[in-house]
Amino acid sequence: MSSDLAVPMTKPQTPPPAGGRKRRLWREGARWETGLVVVLIGVLIFGSVKSPTFTDPSTIFFFGINSGYLAIMALPVTFVVMTGEIDLSVASMLGLSGATVGFLWHHGWSIWPCFLAALVVGLVGGALNGLLVARFGLPSIAVTIGTLTLFRGLAEVLLGSQTIPGLGDREFPQWLTNIGANSIPGTQFSWSMLFFVVLAVIFGVILHATPLGRSMVAIGLQPEAAQFAGIRVNRIKFWLFVVSGVLSAFAGILLTLQNASVSYSAGTGLELNVVAIVLFGGVSIFGGRGTIFGVVLSVVIVGSLQMALTQINVSADKQNIVTGVLLLISVIVPNGGDALRRIRERIRRRRTPAALKSA
Amino acid sequence: MTEVPARLVLEGATKSFGPVVALGDGSITLYPGEAHALLGENGAGKSTLVKILGGVYDPDAGTLTIDGERAVFGGPADAQAAGVSIIYQEPSLFPDLTVAENIFMGRQPRSTGRRIDRRAMEREARATFTRLGVHLDPSRPARGLSVADQQIVEIAKALSFNARVFVMDEPTAALTTVEVLRLFEVIKTLRAQGAAVLFISHRLEEVFACCQRVTIMRDGRFVRSAPVEELTIDDIIRSMVGRDLEALFPKTETTPGDVVLEVQDLNSEGVFHDISFTVRAGEIVALAGLVGAGRSEVARAVFGIDRRTSGTVRIGGHALRNGDARAAMAAGMALVPEDRRQQGLVMDLGIDQNVALASLSQLTRMGLIFRGSERRLADTWAGKLQLKFGRLRNAVSTLSGGNQQKVVLGKWLARGPRLLIIDEPTRGIDVGTKAEVHRILDGLVADGMAVLMISSELPEVLGMADRVLVLREGRLTAELSRAEADETSIMRAATGQNVEIAA
Amino acid sequence: MTAVADRTENKEPRGTDSMVMTLLRAREVGIALLIVVVVLVTAVNNSHFIDRNSIEQLLSGAALIALLGVGETLVIVTRNVDLSVGSVLGLSAYIVGDLFKYHHIPAWSGFVIGTLVGVAAGALNGFIVTVMRVPSLVVTLGMLYVIRGIDGVIVSGDRIDPEAIPGGFAAVGYKDIFGIPWLAIIVAVVVAVVGYAMRSFRASRDLYAIGSNPDAAALAGIPIERRVFSAFLISGALAGLGGALFLALHTQIDNSGGMGYELSVVAAVVVGGVAIFGGSGTVVGAALGAVLLNTINQALVASRISAFWNQAVAGALLLAAIAFDRWLSLRVTKTLKSAEGAHREL
Repeated sequence: MSSDLAVPMTKPQTPPPAGGRKRRLWREGARWETGLVVVLIGVLIFGSVKSPTFTDPSTIFFFGINSGYLAIMALPVTFVVMTGEIDLSVASMLGLSGATVGFLWHHGWSIWPCFLAALVVGLVGGALNGLLVARFGLPSIAVTIGTLTLFRGLAEVLLGSQTIPGLGDREFPQWLTNIGANSIPGTQFSWSMLFFVVLAVIFGVILHATPLGRSMVAIGLQPEAAQFAGIRVNRIKFWLFVVSGVLSAFAGILLTLQNASVSYSAGTGLELNVVAIVLFGGVSIFGGRGTIFGVVLSVVIVGSLQMALTQINVSADKQNIVTGVLLLISVIVPNGGDALRRIRERIRRRRTPAALKSA
Repeated sequence: MTEVPARLVLEGATKSFGPVVALGDGSITLYPGEAHALLGENGAGKSTLVKILGGVYDPDAGTLTIDGERAVFGGPADAQAAGVSIIYQEPSLFPDLTVAENIFMGRQPRSTGRRIDRRAMEREARATFTRLGVHLDPSRPARGLSVADQQIVEIAKALSFNARVFVMDEPTAALTTVEVLRLFEVIKTLRAQGAAVLFISHRLEEVFACCQRVTIMRDGRFVRSAPVEELTIDDIIRSMVGRDLEALFPKTETTPGDVVLEVQDLNSEGVFHDISFTVRAGEIVALAGLVGAGRSEVARAVFGIDRRTSGTVRIGGHALRNGDARAAMAAGMALVPEDRRQQGLVMDLGIDQNVALASLSQLTRMGLIFRGSERRLADTWAGKLQLKFGRLRNAVSTLSGGNQQKVVLGKWLARGPRLLIIDEPTRGIDVGTKAEVHRILDGLVADGMAVLMISSELPEVLGMADRVLVLREGRLTAELSRAEADETSIMRAATGQNVEIAA
Repeated sequence: MTAVADRTENKEPRGTDSMVMTLLRAREVGIALLIVVVVLVTAVNNSHFIDRNSIEQLLSGAALIALLGVGETLVIVTRNVDLSVGSVLGLSAYIVGDLFKYHHIPAWSGFVIGTLVGVAAGALNGFIVTVMRVPSLVVTLGMLYVIRGIDGVIVSGDRIDPEAIPGGFAAVGYKDIFGIPWLAIIVAVVVAVVGYAMRSFRASRDLYAIGSNPDAAALAGIPIERRVFSAFLISGALAGLGGALFLALHTQIDNSGGMGYELSVVAAVVVGGVAIFGGSGTVVGAALGAVLLNTINQALVASRISAFWNQAVAGALLLAAIAFDRWLSLRVTKTLKSAEGAHREL
């Protein structure tokens, strides 16, 4: 065949578009957390202007009461989501833990063994999730929808329709329910908030400054590469589910103390709130990306917004809309630029072949 | 010959991914009725060119003409509509769907009311298989097919298009000689029907047996095109490599020391059987074989990523626990895996964090990791391996393939291993860095490290290895010394047949 | 060349084929058998369980979940999930009820409007998932809240009572033919039509391809975004239709209609053998899954086992189904591999 083919025609080369790099730098600069701080300031201003009671110190206390146990569950769920899994069973475990306390209390146990039993239930339940996900390789979303139903069902089996303490039951010890219902003396912080703050510091250090935390990030970003680097992917996932179960049980105990009573349905549906808080905090649903600081900010934003809206008598339904929109924003905004670029690209690509075909 | 109009002309195509230029000048001309070989080393840009022809990539520049008409593909569907049919290097099947449906996805034969005619679909699939001389059941799901059979389904898929241009990206990598011969018969038929075939293979004897013209690429650029009879193997290799082979494969003579790795009767049910071998300090042992023969699987089982069914693995006489990669690492083993992007690196983490990933527990103070210590470690190894990078905290995805491979090497060398298993050490790497990687390996071995190297590139195996083990369908079929090993002896052991294709 | 001859002639593939098909089919058949067993065992203990009334109740209860399960199957097959179906059902039911109560629209239009409400929600879901490329789990979770919230705002403490519902509309909820409720017939028709379509048209096979291997689907030139969008659209439409049927069945609605349905629907679909990570599963299986879960619920009631056990049993069953699925797919893969091995060694 003709040898002149050996001389390639060289076209003037257009440099590759620099968009990719620039975008990444931009994103590094404008971290999600920065955005969250701005949103938080906005929420605080909104609350102070709109609600006369928002600036009362008691707002902090009620914020702790309303958000404390949710926030505690958000921490282990953050870890689970960091590794690319999800735990939807936390709120049911919270309910089951409370039901365990109530059931044993009803049957005459003293309070500490009741708590211990509840934590053991949390451990066993978490281990069940961990076993099914990490050992048998089942999808965590399906598994934890299953245990969500199972745990809530077991809570129902334990308590039926009764509320504990009911007629003829002993009341829970006064000093314990005080811990649930009162603030730390001399402050407006609820005890659950204190627990959350301590746990958040621990979780933050683990995630951002230990081999375990780095391993979780690697697992979330690229599970296979993590495994090839000698990280025990399945073992870590297993224990994260266990921690999630135990802390949810702990949150269940706190909620029981706070309400000074328990029924099987406590906390129904809260799993979605927890997931919403975690994702709004900037944790990627695909794993590997996110910070505890972001989740803490998210807790404060969602909690204080809820306080402000409740104080100015915005209905629970409208608050639902706000939660949903926040969640949608948290995933749409980071993708918005990419989406626009893709749409433009597609229009360009669609146009050219059409023009050429008709020619 | 110029009076025959070209079927397909690609001129000056370029494609970059961020800072990485995958294709600097992709040019090729295909004529009707010819089988045209596209040659080049791994990383020369062949697969990028193929993906541009298939409409998967939109080139940054360049023109594509088919039968004299300018063509711009908005996606794979456009390429198919234009009569370009592609067999990709990596089989991409739908495991949940039947073999027949895999072949006809999106083009299923239909009966009245636009309903899919399953019977016709399976009949046509069966006819295609008969033409290829293989028997696969069209109604079985694709899940569980061996690599070779997946490749056959891919070939059948490409044939079922009434295409004018067939592009075959390493279709023979997993096939036995008999199957390759059948494929050549099919290519001959396609040529007789006036189609143009672009054929990519690493086995030069196949190129001489089935192709009329050759185009050679190097470092993402067109080098030359010529009729096959005007070229010798030496010409081709020189054009592909662009330098002398000796420079590419430095080899320091060493005397092997003590046995470092001892593998005995290693079995993994349905994957490989009765594998026994040793690797000594100061030698490179190559594990050769066809794609799908089980080479990477052996490496994974030795390192403990996968559990073995039976057998023992010893490092320096110390037996390793089954399926425990950490124990293997503690005993001084390191594995540079085959798939750099999925297995070797966490692409979105920085260079420093990737280098540190296998040494985390050594880097802690009071249980905590500090960024400074990670950076110091990475800095040391970036220097030793002459890594080219912007900043250590930049994501490794911004590096070129060769530099990414250096990061993986750095990650493992930082642990100071006694045995390095390296799977496809230079896949997807430019020629310059390739020689560097070889020099690094040679240096390591000279310093007494034991190296087990898996490679699909025969020149690499022949150039670097002190001993060659050959796997075929999960069994060791030969152990060849450096003197015994040549292209013929390895291919014979790998395929179980004579390789006199070029006859 | 003898090896070639061996390959072409010696191997009769029918053996592996039928074995595999049996394994795969076993899922639908297995569920149907399980339903029969549960019904029989319960009926032995309590003959009222197979009363006409009781069976009608059972079918009507399962029908709504099955209907939503059909749409959910389409979505899950593409490796996505739609958690907003319960909220969409609630919103659609209330809007239709509202129009009956205050605008006295004709009975038939209730079904059309209900479906259109669902179409709108499905289109929004599909748009965000495909164009914005946001994971569907998050999108539909957000939409679950937003739609439930909008529902609550529209309802704002109101409720629609039976008097407001036109007789013709409500008849769909309580009338039957030969003991089979209208509701169940409608849903059965939807299941049959969609089930047939999922087997027989190119576009619906694309859905399986997308879920089975998204990269390969792109290489095969399948319009992924358009197909996924359609799946969400249909899921929304069926949830909307489900809302109208919900209203016809219960003839009253407040802001809590369909609350928590999303998880029941996903549970039914998974029990019915639809792989949560896409690529396989049938609409018929999903519908049978819904019937099975509902039958077990009713059986517990009829067996005078405390209703408190319902959820626990449902949860355990769901876990068992997922685990069984995994086991089955491992078995199938192994069978296929060994069948292949034999073939290659010839």
